[in-house]
Amino acid sequence: MGEMVSHAQEEAPNECCGILAGVGGRVTRLYRAANAEKSPVRYNIAPEELLQIYRDIEGNGWDIIAIYHSHAHTEAYPSASDVELAFWPDALYLIVSLKGHQPLLRAFRIVEGQVVEEEVKTVADEVEQQASP
Amino acid sequence: MAIEVRIPAPLQRLFGGAKTVPGEGRTVGELFDFLEARYAGIKERLTTKKGELQPFVSIYLNDEDIRFLEELETPLCDGDVVYIMPAVAGG
Repeated sequence: MGEMVSHAQEEAPNECCGILAGVGGRVTRLYRAANAEKSPVRYNIAPEELLQIYRDIEGNGWDIIAIYHSHAHTEAYPSASDVELAFWPDALYLIVSLKGHQPLLRAFRIVEGQVVEEEVKTVADEVEQQASP
Repeated sequence: MAIEVRIPAPLQRLFGGAKTVPGEGRTVGELFDFLEARYAGIKERLTTKKGELQPFVSIYLNDEDIRFLEELETPLCDGDVVYIMPAVAGG
């Protein structure tokens, strides 16, 4: 979680983004990605970078477990764009918000336009344990 | 042309759970028609009604995004690997 928050703070006011890979629900690696939109309201991983990340994940026998991005000024909840562009329904969508006094991370499943929040504690613990190589 | 098509997790259910399927076609467009004939419903995920590539999916021929090649007219050769990659995007 610390890594995602740091990434968010470094990229603010633009949104940051990245991918968490793993297997069996356990995170094995966090991939920081560049936000090709360089925008405070949109994020997009450039196709060439996404292919590189995906190939590395695939080569290690992992899956994309989660996709994270930040909201510098809005709450940690999927925006209309987030819901519209959630093309990886098997992945958790993690959102880091820098809106409040403390950074806040929340996790969601977004499937066919439906948003369901998931427990963050487990995800945060997993990431903390696994993010350091 | 024997093409290897790599399927990302979100689309695997359209391919019976497969991560890789064989494909044929002289171009990417023909490959999509080949896939649609065997896995109904995939083509509408990849192309618009106007026959253009969907905006939020990228197709790679080996290492190259076909948007920088000839899009659906991109020619294919034996042994090519085609990746289908939905966008990672939002707001």
